[in-house]
Amino acid sequence: MSVLGSSIKRREDPALITGKGKYTDDFSAPGMLHAVMVRSPFGHARVKAIDIAAAAGAPGVAAVYTAANITASGTPGVIPTAWLLPNLKTPAHTLLATDRVRYVGHPVAVLLAESRAAATDAAALVKVDYEPLPAVVDPKAAVAEGAPLLYDEAPGNIAFDWELGDKAATDAAFSGAAKTATLTFRNNRTLPHAIEPRAALAAWDSENGKLTLTMTSQNPHVHRLLMTIASLGLPEHKIRVIAPEVGGGFGSKIHHYADEAIAAWCSIQIKRPVKWTATRTESNLTDAHGRDHWSTAGIAIDGDGKIVGLRIETHAAMGAYLSTFAPAVPTYLYGTLFSGQYDIPAIHVHVIGTFTNTAPVDALRGAGRPEATFAVERMMDAGAAAAGLDPAEFRRRNFIQPDAFPYQTQVALAYDSGNYPQALDKALKLADYDGLRARQAERRADPKGGKLLGIGLSSYIEACGIAPSAVVGSLGAQAGLWESAKVRVHPSGSVTVYSGSCAHGQGHETTFSQIVSDRLGIDMDQIDIVQGDTEEVQFGMGTYGSRSAAVGGSAIVKSLDKIIAKGKKIAAHLLEASVDDIEFENGEFKVKGSPGQAKAWGEVVLNAYLAHNLPEDLEPGLEETSFYDPANFTYPFGTHVAIVEIDPETGEIEILRYVAVDDCGNQINPMIVEGQIHGGIAHGLGQALWEEARYDESGQLTSGTLLDYALPRAHHLVTYELEHTVTPCPHNPLGVKGIGEAGAIASPAAVANAVCDALKPFGVDHVDMPFTPEKIWRTLQGRGS
Amino acid sequence: MGITISVEVNGTTYEREVEPRTLLVHFLREELRLTGTNVGCETSLCGACTVHLDGLAVKSCTQLAVQADGAKITTIEGLADNGSLHPMQQAFWDEHGLQCGYCTPGMIMAATKLVEDNPDASEDDIRHGLKGNLCRCTGYQNIVKAVASAAKAGGAR
Repeated sequence: MSVLGSSIKRREDPALITGKGKYTDDFSAPGMLHAVMVRSPFGHARVKAIDIAAAAGAPGVAAVYTAANITASGTPGVIPTAWLLPNLKTPAHTLLATDRVRYVGHPVAVLLAESRAAATDAAALVKVDYEPLPAVVDPKAAVAEGAPLLYDEAPGNIAFDWELGDKAATDAAFSGAAKTATLTFRNNRTLPHAIEPRAALAAWDSENGKLTLTMTSQNPHVHRLLMTIASLGLPEHKIRVIAPEVGGGFGSKIHHYADEAIAAWCSIQIKRPVKWTATRTESNLTDAHGRDHWSTAGIAIDGDGKIVGLRIETHAAMGAYLSTFAPAVPTYLYGTLFSGQYDIPAIHVHVIGTFTNTAPVDALRGAGRPEATFAVERMMDAGAAAAGLDPAEFRRRNFIQPDAFPYQTQVALAYDSGNYPQALDKALKLADYDGLRARQAERRADPKGGKLLGIGLSSYIEACGIAPSAVVGSLGAQAGLWESAKVRVHPSGSVTVYSGSCAHGQGHETTFSQIVSDRLGIDMDQIDIVQGDTEEVQFGMGTYGSRSAAVGGSAIVKSLDKIIAKGKKIAAHLLEASVDDIEFENGEFKVKGSPGQAKAWGEVVLNAYLAHNLPEDLEPGLEETSFYDPANFTYPFGTHVAIVEIDPETGEIEILRYVAVDDCGNQINPMIVEGQIHGGIAHGLGQALWEEARYDESGQLTSGTLLDYALPRAHHLVTYELEHTVTPCPHNPLGVKGIGEAGAIASPAAVANAVCDALKPFGVDHVDMPFTPEKIWRTLQGRGS
Repeated sequence: MGITISVEVNGTTYEREVEPRTLLVHFLREELRLTGTNVGCETSLCGACTVHLDGLAVKSCTQLAVQADGAKITTIEGLADNGSLHPMQQAFWDEHGLQCGYCTPGMIMAATKLVEDNPDASEDDIRHGLKGNLCRCTGYQNIVKAVASAAKAGGAR
């Protein structure tokens, strides 16, 4: 059996299961100081004065710095936004707050002390004179007349006003439709809550003018670049960013935050290593959150149950400042998904991004696509109800057909491949959909009532491996979205791969080794994968957006192809054959049709380095670097089915079963693929059923700890039932699409549709997530079935 | 002012002076440099810091180091026996019971005690037995599978 496509156990694990994995906070440096931030306790306030005297004199304290010190140092001191939309408002965001704080957790000062305890003690002695200001925390309330303003330069708190699709055609479709349905819904704000809080260890080397920054990062090169151009002003080659083991990210460790840059600035300033590690509360207050939308959507259908138009208006919270890729999330990663799996002739998406006195909102597992899928799939159920069709039948009638690819949607994307009816059919069969509907009908007919059965479908599409760079550049990205890979073949034939991807749980060392082993025909133990260190690895874009296999893996293949091509030239020369007659198979360079005429991998490699007998014009050595820029996004898809039971007496929801059929193209390691799906589903179930980052009117995060923020636990969840279809991606060499976010994209809508399905006999057409028992119970009060 | 404590950790006895407010987890991580035990929250709710203390699985962020004076502690670093993995570690590896690995040491320490107390644990027992330990990566499915498989293999050892 081929190594590619095998469930090979992870090479990462032996260190991690024995406690030898080193995460950022596990590192220390001689002479290290501990940094603790003084943060705003107010959602919105004017900073009138900061008195650091008592803190500066406290035992063990080495320094206390405020924004004034950073300004005086001449450092640029800025946190930039790396995705610019037309007419985007980009108010300055400094490392430490100057005269105004705009969210709880906004840092105003930093203390350095000999121990973390001493720094924490002294932080309480920093006296900040705040003048509290009225706050606004809701994305829709932010645009209301008279709402408190965060920035003078952003009237109405509007960061951007963005549209996609054809408004006139969509309005016309609605006017001429046989039936329409409208829903207003919320996409609840959630915390990323990687179990490892963010951390940084900055070590300044005065002699060489060089900074080494070990930090919780999904993309160390991007962090280094933003440190250079905006935060620190040091040249890129004088900064080394290392991402060691990273304890989960889910997007939250993509972004460039103030804290890590402050720790770095402090180390340069005081000429000693400085470590900052967030407490859980600090992480929850300052990590970029996810979602937080209010939307009103409409679907228009003709007499045959065919969709003629879809429209949505969304208010999306941006938080107190624009985080790294924040403007892209509710626009290009959201609006472009509104065709879903369906052939929809007219679509219009309108998004208003608003500043709010909250933590910033940026990419979180799925990033825009879960929000879009939630909207599309809720509207599919609303459309089915309006058409009087079963939700499965309504979807089937509207699917883009398997022979219609490539398919140009009305919202910019060109889908390259897919087979949506196949995934739906497989999911329905696995779930025993007809049997479930029969059971539901029996229960509904039973006068004794009892628990309410709900069945929810979510037929999702995910655009991932966002590309190509020229296109994303035209959409406002201040970065290319390619990936790099250097393959170094050592003289004895073993291989080190330097990948610009940067795993934080995804298992790249295993899957990337599988790719190399398959292509070169050498054992996995002859291959090492290096990632996460800007000193060792050429510039790379990192790991997010389900891109590592499709973009990072393809970059490796591209380099391997170059290696093999060069090897063929050497083999042809040694075998006195034409290079066109050489084929490479199972680790051997062979002359086609001449058995026995072959050179082993090791011999060819050694010859490359000996260089005693190489073809003319061929350089010695065997090492190739590639920068792979995909031709298009990849388009994973699938159908998930949630089956829930609601106790009408208590409002409690039990997930009875969760069925998922996913298509991520070819699978490199099915075990890892399934693990990614499991995690994604759990993430989405968390959003649907329990999780909500809630702010009160003054801007206090009232669910900022695990005491009041309900992350799913083992006993809340079920064993997911998974199957797959395989529709290879036609435009990358591995035929892979990406799977890291699929579960989180599909599952909130599946659960929401199941819950609303269960409540349908009560005349309930929609309930907002999270579906807490209280909310369900209140919804049911006074409503008879 | 420091207080002197004596604890046996992974078979070695350490005598150290600690600040009375030092948490056991910080003592293990910072004083003994046993960084396998992780910190994921500050409310005793994530379980990443779970260790064995005198035969119990405890959250080492909810104990003061001084309370551990005289105790026998096992951390994740002390679970393998002369380089041979504990069946629970092996099962987590075999069943893909971890992704980023951050919750894993605590999860494994909780799971070994769970199986020791209930060698015939059902899926439901395992899910309820692990409710004090959070994982954001795996959706728990393969963790539950790993614990069940370790139990079958005589996971308590």
